[in-house]
Amino acid sequence: MSEKKYSVEIKDLCVEFKTDAGVVKALNDMELEIEEGKTLGLVGETGAGKTTTGLSILRLIPSPPGVITKGTIKLNGQNIFDISEAEMQKLRGKAVSMIFQDPMTSLNPVITVEEQIAEVIELHEDVNHAGAIQRAKEMLELVGIPGERGPEYPHQFSGGMKQRVVIAIALACSPALLIADEPTTALDVTIQAQVLEMMKGLKEKYKTSMMMITHDLGIVAEICDDVSVVYGGHVIEHGSLEDVFNYTRHPYTEGLFRSLPDLDNRTAKLRPIKGLMPDPTNLPEGCVFYPRCDYAMEICKTVKPKRVYRNETHYVECHLYDEQSVKDGGKIGK
Amino acid sequence: MWKFIVKRLIAMVPVLLGVTLIIYLIMNMAPGDPAKVILGEQATPEQIAALREEMHLNDPVLIQYARYILNLLRGDMGTSYNSGLNCATEIFARFPNTLRLTVTAVSLSIILALPIGILAAVHQNSVFDGVSMFVALLGLSMPVFWLGMLLILLFSLRLGWLPSSGSEGFKSLVLPGVTLGFQHMAAIARVTRSSMLEVIRADYIRTARAKGVSENKVITKHALKNALIPTVTVIGIQFGGMLGGSVMTESVFAWPGIGRLMVQSINKRDIPMVLGCVIMFSVSFSIVNLIVDILYGFIDPRIKSQYK
Amino acid sequence: MSENKNTNVADLKQKYKKQSQFKEIFKRLLRNKSATAGAIVVILLLFMAIFADALHDYETQVIKQDIMNRLQSPSAEHWFGTDEMGRDIFARVCYGAKYSLLIGFTGAVTSLVLGIVLGAMAGFYGGKIDNIIMRFMDVLLAIPGTLLAIAIVASLGSSIRNLIIALSISGIPGMSRIVRSSVLTVKDQEYVEAARAIGANDRTIIFKHVLPNGMAPIIVQSTLRVASVILSAAGLSFLGLGVPAPHPEWGALLTNARAYIRDNSYMCLFPGLAIMITILSLNLLGDGLRDALDPKLK
Repeated sequence: MSEKKYSVEIKDLCVEFKTDAGVVKALNDMELEIEEGKTLGLVGETGAGKTTTGLSILRLIPSPPGVITKGTIKLNGQNIFDISEAEMQKLRGKAVSMIFQDPMTSLNPVITVEEQIAEVIELHEDVNHAGAIQRAKEMLELVGIPGERGPEYPHQFSGGMKQRVVIAIALACSPALLIADEPTTALDVTIQAQVLEMMKGLKEKYKTSMMMITHDLGIVAEICDDVSVVYGGHVIEHGSLEDVFNYTRHPYTEGLFRSLPDLDNRTAKLRPIKGLMPDPTNLPEGCVFYPRCDYAMEICKTVKPKRVYRNETHYVECHLYDEQSVKDGGKIGK
Repeated sequence: MWKFIVKRLIAMVPVLLGVTLIIYLIMNMAPGDPAKVILGEQATPEQIAALREEMHLNDPVLIQYARYILNLLRGDMGTSYNSGLNCATEIFARFPNTLRLTVTAVSLSIILALPIGILAAVHQNSVFDGVSMFVALLGLSMPVFWLGMLLILLFSLRLGWLPSSGSEGFKSLVLPGVTLGFQHMAAIARVTRSSMLEVIRADYIRTARAKGVSENKVITKHALKNALIPTVTVIGIQFGGMLGGSVMTESVFAWPGIGRLMVQSINKRDIPMVLGCVIMFSVSFSIVNLIVDILYGFIDPRIKSQYK
Repeated sequence: MSENKNTNVADLKQKYKKQSQFKEIFKRLLRNKSATAGAIVVILLLFMAIFADALHDYETQVIKQDIMNRLQSPSAEHWFGTDEMGRDIFARVCYGAKYSLLIGFTGAVTSLVLGIVLGAMAGFYGGKIDNIIMRFMDVLLAIPGTLLAIAIVASLGSSIRNLIIALSISGIPGMSRIVRSSVLTVKDQEYVEAARAIGANDRTIIFKHVLPNGMAPIIVQSTLRVASVILSAAGLSFLGLGVPAPHPEWGALLTNARAYIRDNSYMCLFPGLAIMITILSLNLLGDGLRDALDPKLK
């Protein structure tokens, strides 16, 4: 049996934020792993805890008010909670990089783009400043921006180009893991496609593992190998792309697919998932999805569902399934 | 960049003309006859009338103003009503003193306020933050002249460390400089802190951290330059207040600058002197504002592109 | 007539929305302890100012000279001591609140009214009117604040009236700028377009829609302006250009005290403290109002 090597493994991660309105439980026993070279799609609605997961891997949860109360995160086998801040700084940008959602505000307005790219290179690799600038220009070319534009400032670029600069910064040191937090959400649809294509190409070239955080199932289908569906700070279904898309089990995942408009049947009514995300300061006792679930049962109200595996990779946490019924898709009692 | 500077200098001209016009009109609203003031109580009506003719006081105000401006451009600010001295000579003799005092106060305030503001922001809600910001608020609430008096009381009269008047040497600059600069310092510390707090929360700071930049460098290299932008604005605005404050400070410390000259002239109803002093102040203020605008261009590249 | 009914409901809704907005803002303000403390002090001072004559008889307590008792240090009988003419400093300082607050509020309100008129016109009509008004304001702003007031008082002569005129004028440019930028922000909002669509005239739009929604920075600035005027008035009185003797204005009291700073230093303390506490409270209140009116700005 070959040892699977994981870029990142998260186990039992709990993250809380202390706010005026109460304690927000952002992540609850979050569990996640990404194999080397693969891309995981982290899917869920806004507020499900996707960005928090990404930030946790970089240990960038703002510390007041955020607190990691429990859990481990291993990057290439090493638990990042065991190391010092200085050592963590060495990992950021080099072993793991993150791309954030809004390119308009992610770049420092008073520093040139090539300087911003060169900075990460100089921090982690043994080059002098001139060499770093040269490499920075090469990165710019790689993401489709002419190297001569390096000495320009962020405000001189369009949104799509800014995002490419952000990607250039993230990939400059060939990180083993790239976390992309909704990298195309703020962009026009046509630019979205370009940027995604570019990311796919770079991923191939550098063999980077990637965590693609998104709420857009189309993007997941384009670029991901595996999918984790997040709800209420917890993964409620996980599997390969084929598993989750073709053998959908969890009612929430089902709801997500159902709420996509159907191009073939334009007049059909949209079927959104009823209700809203739970209040993170006051999570339900049992299954987190209970209040919105079409298939809700008594037990769902008070007991958290256990994990049930359909095959080696695909699992779901839902009272509708047991070891048997999960394989053939029959729902218990329905 | 030079084009911008020249453009601004040219734009300053109508503003300064407007300033001189307004001050001139204000000063000419004063009741009383200048000719009488110059000649004194004993003057006969004929003498007064003759002097009025000679001084062109019977011309329409705007003509008098135009004459004043033409003279001003030649460096002539008129003659004092009381002492008969040449205003320009007196004013330019004292101006360097005011300059010395103001430059000291500004430098002191910026050098102290910036680190305090930054530290307060980085250690938000700490004891240092609370105390420094409270002291800053007190500083903004204190009248300049009262602060001067208190400092004199403590450091001159009780402790005898520093002189309370005179303008020779470094020691005599300390108390007036601190007095004048304190309010400025308080305002700058506050705005530095608040703009630093805002900048630290920005997305691009998160990006910098995600690159593995150390926290120190995040503050000094990434946050600071951005935080300076509103700070520089406040430095410029506050400078106007400082010029007003210099009048008070020079009075309290008997500092021989144009602020003190102005107050003395007002009490003697010496209008040309007062006029000259206020114009000097206004020109200085406009130049400082121009310097601030240029500084902007250096700090914020978005504005620099507008300047080209 | 269903139209009338609808407008009535809409009006009622608007009224309740405003009331509950007020309550929200008030609550937020109360939560801010330093702002509340500032507000309480300001109210106390206003009380002292308005009832000054009732609390201290002017003739007998404030200006009556009593050379026998001159230059006494603070004691049980004279809490703040006596000045060079034997006058009780405590009475003079308390009475002095009247001048400072009168000048402060009158000056601020005058700047406010004129600033609103000019700023609203400039912001609302734009174009040439905006240009003319703003160029004029630029000229006024090029003269450092206190100096403009000094020049005006120097020219007109020192009296309370001239002081108020001078300080009002020097506050107009700042206020009109703030009003103008508030108006500019609000006037492009959709509810203004809606009002225009139902035929409201300019004046109605300005007073009923634009100004009320842009009020927040104006309110904050006015509060801070009161503090600024009081400070300037004290400064001018200190220079001999403000409230004339024997009125016990705080700045003037400090001018007196200066001559006796060596041997009777207590005289310097109390009027200055009075000024500082007043300004501090107004600043705290102003800051608190700023936070309460728009918590996002924090």
